Amino acid sequence: MKSPAARLGVLLLALMLTALLGRSVWQLGMLEPASELPQLLQENLSASGVEHPVTAVLLNFRSYDTLLEIAVLVIAAMAGISMARTRSLEDPELRTSDTLLKALLRWLVPLMLLLAAYLLWAGADRPGGAFQAGAMLAATGVLMRLTGMPLGFLRPGMLLRIGLVLGFALFLLVGLASALAGEAFLAYPPGLGKALILSIETLLTLSIGMILLALFVAAPVNNASEPEEGER
Amino acid sequence: MSTPLLFALTGVLLWGIGLLGLIGLRHLLRKLLALNVISSATFLILVGLAQHHGGPDPVPQALALTGIVVSIAATALGIVLIRRYYHLTGSTALESTVSEEGHGGEGRSHE
Amino acid sequence: MIEVLLDLLLALALISTAAAALLSRDLFRAVVVFIAFGLLMAVCWVRLQAPDIALAEAAIGAGLTGVLLLDAVSHFRRGRSRKGHGAGTGSVPEEER
Repeated sequence: MKSPAARLGVLLLALMLTALLGRSVWQLGMLEPASELPQLLQENLSASGVEHPVTAVLLNFRSYDTLLEIAVLVIAAMAGISMARTRSLEDPELRTSDTLLKALLRWLVPLMLLLAAYLLWAGADRPGGAFQAGAMLAATGVLMRLTGMPLGFLRPGMLLRIGLVLGFALFLLVGLASALAGEAFLAYPPGLGKALILSIETLLTLSIGMILLALFVAAPVNNASEPEEGER
Repeated sequence: MSTPLLFALTGVLLWGIGLLGLIGLRHLLRKLLALNVISSATFLILVGLAQHHGGPDPVPQALALTGIVVSIAATALGIVLIRRYYHLTGSTALESTVSEEGHGGEGRSHE
Repeated sequence: MIEVLLDLLLALALISTAAAALLSRDLFRAVVVFIAFGLLMAVCWVRLQAPDIALAEAAIGAGLTGVLLLDAVSHFRRGRSRKGHGAGTGSVPEEER
């Protein structure tokens, strides 16, 4: 373990950094705001295609950030899946004999899927959106996985690959299409804003749900001598 | 002091706690917990400072939302890596290459 | 007045759950307290008038991250008890800090 001197040094360093950060936050809090970004946002909100400002910022005004975020998610999923060493998709150890859980699943899974669809749809004019709905989908998948239900679409094959990249692919396609048509990259054509945002959000939801679920399924590590996923 | 500024200062304290945990704790899973605490603290500072004067501001809220999703992807990948590392070496802490007094160059977790 | 009290209480709860999660001896308890920290953060986001972040923090930060961590912790416990029996160290497995 570390020597007491090193520990004291680390403690002092952390305290100094925290004090510095606290002082900066306090000073910044006392300044007047320098930009009128919220007013600018409010004026241009109607031109974005949706009524909820956070969704408009995520999917229209700063859609480049969202595009790169989805790219990061896809890369993380690829890295996680490539290290997956589970024996099978349907882990017999997990299959539960708990009848209460199975009965609950019958009710919970459709309700959760419905809630995910609602969150996606509601993102247009009230709190909601693609990320919350995608997390809901992933949670449904995790619940099914924990009770041992076989999730066939997670087998490493074409369906998994397509599902993972679909959201990112559509997003990139829309951006490139408007770039090729002469507008700026990722600029939506004037009338199609809402339709494009909704379709991009739908595929994003499916992709995010699949990515988070694939990362959860890829985490367990069984005996390394057993055949890997996909090997015959 | 308004509510957002109070939460921004709370975020500063959380950041300090997370930093101490990240450096001081040995178990890799605990380091991951500390990293998540630092992330949450950063989002609190970001949104709290921005909303201190004007009220709800959608741009930092969108940035914090993006950050939360990226941080769970990083956490999930980190857990996959930690479990592989544990499976391959049997230890849950990184090996120390700095020689402690009398213990040689290795620091296994169960010593 | 009561809002200031609520905010102070919330801030205090945040700091204490974060400290408890990082300082706890038992790894399982640390993860459970971390999930509680995530839920308190969700309440914080509501207080900061950011309902989208509150939804995402509750679902992703507390829910999915919690499940991932609990899965990992249970795997470590299983492996540790197996290794303990195999190596002959019959004492109670300790959690290192």
